[in-house]
Amino acid sequence: MSQGDAIYPEGLRYTKEHEWLSTKGAVATVGITHYAQAELGDIVYVELPQVGAAVVAGEPFGTVESVKAVSELFAPASGVVDEVNAALQASPEQVNKDPYGDGWMIRIKVADQEEEPPGLMTAGQYRKYVEDEAN
Amino acid sequence: MAAHRYLPLSDAEREDMLRAIGLASAGDLFASIPERLRLRGALDVPGPLAEMDLVAEMAARAGENLLPDPRAQFLGAGAYRHFAPSVVDHLISRTEFYSSYTPYQPEISQGTLQAVFEYQTLICQLTGLDLSNASMYEGASTLAEGILMAERASPSGRVVLSDRLHPEYVQVVRTHLANMGIAIESFGHGKDGAADSAAARQALERKASSLVVQHPNFFGCLEEIEALAAVARQAGTTLIVVMTEPLALGLLKPPGEQGADIVLGEGQGFGVPLSYGGPYLGFLAARQSFLRQMPGRIVGEARDVDGRRGYVLTLSTREQHIRREKATSNICTNEGLCALTAAIFMAALGKSGIMELARHNRAKAAYARQRLAEARGCSIPYAAPFFNEFVVRLPVPAETAVQRLAERGLACGVPLSRYLPDPAQQRDLLVCVTEVNPRGEIDRLADELGRLA
Amino acid sequence: MDARSLRAPESLLFEVSRRGRRGFDVPPLDVPQESGQALDARYTRQDIDGFPELSEVDVVRHYTRLSRLNYAIDLGLYPLGSCTMKYNPKVNERVARLPGFADAHPQLAESMVQGCLRLMHSLERALCAICGMDRFTLQPAAGAQGEQTGILMVRAYHQERGDARRVVLIPDSAHGTNPASAHLAGYRVEQVASNERGCVDLGALRRRVGPDVAVLMLTNPNTLGVFEGEIEEVARALHDKGALLYMDGANLNAFVGQARPGDMGVDVHHLNLHKTFSTPHGGGGPGSGPVGVKRSLEPFLPVPTVEREGERLRFQHDRPKSVGKIRSFHGNFGMFVRAYAFILAHGPEGLKRMSETAVLNANYLRKRLEGTYHLPYDSPSLHEVVFSDKNLEETGVRTLDVAKRLMDYGFHPPTIYFPLIVRGALMIEPTETESRQELDAFVEAMLAIDAEARRDPELVQKAPHTTPIRRLDETAAARTPVLRWRGDAAGS
Repeated sequence: MSQGDAIYPEGLRYTKEHEWLSTKGAVATVGITHYAQAELGDIVYVELPQVGAAVVAGEPFGTVESVKAVSELFAPASGVVDEVNAALQASPEQVNKDPYGDGWMIRIKVADQEEEPPGLMTAGQYRKYVEDEAN
Repeated sequence: MAAHRYLPLSDAEREDMLRAIGLASAGDLFASIPERLRLRGALDVPGPLAEMDLVAEMAARAGENLLPDPRAQFLGAGAYRHFAPSVVDHLISRTEFYSSYTPYQPEISQGTLQAVFEYQTLICQLTGLDLSNASMYEGASTLAEGILMAERASPSGRVVLSDRLHPEYVQVVRTHLANMGIAIESFGHGKDGAADSAAARQALERKASSLVVQHPNFFGCLEEIEALAAVARQAGTTLIVVMTEPLALGLLKPPGEQGADIVLGEGQGFGVPLSYGGPYLGFLAARQSFLRQMPGRIVGEARDVDGRRGYVLTLSTREQHIRREKATSNICTNEGLCALTAAIFMAALGKSGIMELARHNRAKAAYARQRLAEARGCSIPYAAPFFNEFVVRLPVPAETAVQRLAERGLACGVPLSRYLPDPAQQRDLLVCVTEVNPRGEIDRLADELGRLA
Repeated sequence: MDARSLRAPESLLFEVSRRGRRGFDVPPLDVPQESGQALDARYTRQDIDGFPELSEVDVVRHYTRLSRLNYAIDLGLYPLGSCTMKYNPKVNERVARLPGFADAHPQLAESMVQGCLRLMHSLERALCAICGMDRFTLQPAAGAQGEQTGILMVRAYHQERGDARRVVLIPDSAHGTNPASAHLAGYRVEQVASNERGCVDLGALRRRVGPDVAVLMLTNPNTLGVFEGEIEEVARALHDKGALLYMDGANLNAFVGQARPGDMGVDVHHLNLHKTFSTPHGGGGPGSGPVGVKRSLEPFLPVPTVEREGERLRFQHDRPKSVGKIRSFHGNFGMFVRAYAFILAHGPEGLKRMSETAVLNANYLRKRLEGTYHLPYDSPSLHEVVFSDKNLEETGVRTLDVAKRLMDYGFHPPTIYFPLIVRGALMIEPTETESRQELDAFVEAMLAIDAEARRDPELVQKAPHTTPIRRLDETAAARTPVLRWRGDAAGS
């Protein structure tokens, strides 16, 4: 598990639904984790909201599909969609190849910068959560 | 108990297998069914019949039908009598096609998958659109599916239908949409029998997810697709064109090229037996933008590990077995063999055959319409252009005419009063003429209708 | 096996097409060519771009060669759980093609088609007798449409009582069409858990059933092939709270002649003529999904129904409480002919023998495979049995690989990855029309694959090796969908 740190990068926050959140000032970038993309298999399509759409923490904001499965994407924080990764339309495989980098999905202008949304885990907490779930 | 011809186990094998399982008797196989629920007596069903007797029994039942000579039938209204080349039934009777399963395992189903890919292409070519699915049940429920598809793509809670759709299709749409929170409204037609695009424009002043017209419509009249498409586009609404007679596409401009966004309907006219109403074939074609909303199965091209081109059911995440209650439809088993029937019919006729047959139908219908217009007491109420169906107004109620002419061995048409309660339509008869109706029968029809007054 | 026709990739119709070829001669027109009233050019097309031009021989060769790329029930076993892939009797094809049936136009006056109406009436009565129900509608075109029709009738029933319930309960083991159909009838779907036997958890159900529950959709036997032994208690729990019991009858083959849904407290259920009643699968249909109801739901049946009036049969359209019409005309009549012929061929004793043999065959397979493949649920199987790939875990070979390798042995795989409550499910249903030899050959193949998985897993993971085409890249197909031929377009 030498890739251990690459699978659970520090500095990000994680949800029970296997999304990650990276906050810089007012803007939070969201994607799915390494574990999530591995579980889904080859991703063929990502359905994302429009720029300007409102998202609510804990509510679905889109879907991600593999050949045989479809999963909802849950917003880790509330706010308004500021940017959408349009490259995923043509290249959904980016989510598999680089889930924390080029596989980012949306950027949210967070509603409340001060208050961290409930239910978020640190890298260590999320790693433990995943390992527990696997057993 | 005598062995049955479809059951390959002999009594000895049966005993042997029971022993291998560790059961004393066949009855023990059902030990998991509560005693209280076990049937004591025999089912109240007829049989058994040896094959010879079975054929005789079924032939006797078929013989109870008193069918007029097909050449003397002028019936359309949703199902169309065309001559299917012999190769069609021959090929769909190949067991590899009709007794095979849904092609979920593509490695041993390339015959079906490629045939469906070809069918999808043929439908796109005829309709002038980008996408087709692998088939749906029949025209009416396919219209319901198309309307729901347009609503999913652009939710509005409202759909506007031409009042000249086949009334049975409207009834089916109402049944399917009953609990979906979608208001169904209609817009009217002009005196010439075609839909009124000004009325459509007015109906679209409030947002609707689709505008639906039938082409040719229930009166047999051709619609002005380009004008209606302009109205729909202006209003930001999807134009759905429904067709009950696919052969019309051999003559008419493809609605997809005239601005229709979705073209769907009944494919029975392409070689699928009349078979008293089913099994039939729903076809559904749409613009590329509807891809993710498309209901039903879709076949796509793929490469195998050796680089060979093959075909596979794809985009399955739209469907019920994956998305369950969020699926684009609940459809599972569709009309695969009927789609194959239609594809073989289209291939056998080919470009020249389809276009010539369509022109041939039109010429026959034009001749009939002319002769009926001249028949005593008869008139043609709708001036709009037609394909192979039209309405003739009789001097007596159309139902009466149907009964009287039935005694003369003629099924002269479908009375509009069967579907429309308007007393103004009591004397209207919907007449369909195809290549199977010889001139002599058309002349006889005209003579007999002329005698009604 | 002819290498040329089975191995060579088959060109598409459009690639075989050559300009100017004709496959069909329209007869000479016996009426005048159109005069001045000809259809205006602005309505007509001049061409059909890309449409094939083929000779009759081209068409026959093309489709004959395509057909040989398919497996079919006449070639061997399809052990597909919940599909009931049984033999399609050839006499059924013969009688369905009787001109009196095949050529009957659905718009003909009732007086002319008494034979068709009587066939429908007879089939309805036979299905009522087999299922213990009061009426059947033959209108739905397939099982899913039958489910939708049944749930619409449930809704109408509650609406008539001024009691708009919102929820449909569905077990977590159910087929996807169940929740999809419930959703289309305007209901919210909630799952009910299964117990350790794989059956509906009666306690959980009792706790959940309330005045907001319209109906429970139950498959019996369930998708594990296990009879829902507490079905009468389930029915009572529902009825006590004013809810109804819908049965998904896809698995009826398990107990025809042994028990009847109508006696179990079922209010409404569909069945599949293309499963239990042998009508052919057609590579994806047509099917037929008749729906049986108890008297309480009779007013809501789709229109028209077939009624007897003395010696004559007629359609009854005037049914004010009907849910309406679910499809045009009267149903997949061609399948009614086949199904009725099937019933006549068997008679009451034959139908009993049929389910008995179906269950015997399934249990035989279970016995022979359970030492090798993992059996997730110990409950008695009726007509189908579910295994999983758990015993193969350390080899890296999964259910999908086993399925693909089976094709090299000349078998269609079982249903895989369903029901969802079993990870790596392998659902096996042989049906009654399989011989001992075929069953034994299937067992030998399954055992051989298990051995291969342990000895040489890659052989199994890269299977199939001998089919006309090998594993396809379904990911690429879904990422960049090519859903039609486009001729000279790049990449086609």
